[in-house]
Amino acid sequence: MAQENKQEVTTHKIGIYLWIWGLLFVFSFFSYMVDYLNFEGLLRWTLIVAFMFSKAALIMAIFMHLYWERWAIVNVLLWPMSFILVFIGIMVAESEYTFFTRLIYFVVGS
Amino acid sequence: MDHVTDKLPKGFSGLTHDLGSDQTAFKKVPWGKAMMWIFLLSDTFIFSCFLISLMTARASTTVEWPNASEVFGLHVFGVEVPLLLIAIMTFVLITSSGTMAIAVKFGYEKKRKLCAWFLLLTALGGLTFVGMQAFEWTKLIFHEGIRPWSNPFGAAQFGSFFFMVTGFHGTHVSIGVIFLFIMARKTWRGDFDAGRRGFFTSMKSNYEAIEIMGLYWHFVDLVWVFIFAFFYLW
Repeated sequence: MAQENKQEVTTHKIGIYLWIWGLLFVFSFFSYMVDYLNFEGLLRWTLIVAFMFSKAALIMAIFMHLYWERWAIVNVLLWPMSFILVFIGIMVAESEYTFFTRLIYFVVGS
Repeated sequence: MDHVTDKLPKGFSGLTHDLGSDQTAFKKVPWGKAMMWIFLLSDTFIFSCFLISLMTARASTTVEWPNASEVFGLHVFGVEVPLLLIAIMTFVLITSSGTMAIAVKFGYEKKRKLCAWFLLLTALGGLTFVGMQAFEWTKLIFHEGIRPWSNPFGAAQFGSFFFMVTGFHGTHVSIGVIFLFIMARKTWRGDFDAGRRGFFTSMKSNYEAIEIMGLYWHFVDLVWVFIFAFFYLW
């Protein structure tokens, strides 16, 4: 396909990539420390998810340039992902049901 | 930026303007990039299905789930360090993502050789990652006796999820490495400056191809962030 708009793309300073790189290192180190220091229960899960989403957001926004894209494509990409949350909700209910039937038939019933 | 697209409204009114324009919906986005994004969205759903089924298996089993921290521990200098190899793999993959972002920048600035060098660095990072993963698999299969149907640590489903999730991700990394080498060669040779036609598509390309390659590579890194959190840390 012919490239009709010969666009002069403005690039970002190298510093921003190095900064994000550093931040990703720090967040990864922190999430490793969650395991190393044996945090348990709700604190562990909260920290893991917080670091995970921070890293994911930095990668998508800066490295994948989503921050500078137009809303038309950003919305087309991000909204369908909310279905994943719905699916998680369904499967949580399903796995709880399976767990209790297994408890009844495998553990109590045996 | 292009002078026509610069006059377009931004934000939410930009969204309605673009989608209601009766023309190209994704303005300022080359078709190859839009298609890569759509592919990545579908890939997101594939990996989500894997991780959600991992959650389902783990939440519904009455047998205890193996402690990843111990299974993936490494014995270094007489000390047992939990998850050491996985942590190093994570740092290697993040580093290769950083070099990829820089390669994209140099590509758009038409610094051909710098761009090629950084693509090569990225490919070597990916290769290191796959190498360490091969080491990890060898260790778990031959020394720990983990199989898709059983393992000595706990719930039998652990093995099948480990091999499927990390295997599928490793395949993505391997494919990425192959394409990074191809792109590094094309960039070094100056294909994007000379408008040389590709060997497979026989179409001319430009430095947008590097950004599209970059999107795939960052996605592989992104997936690892989630696998690291849900499979290894949880």
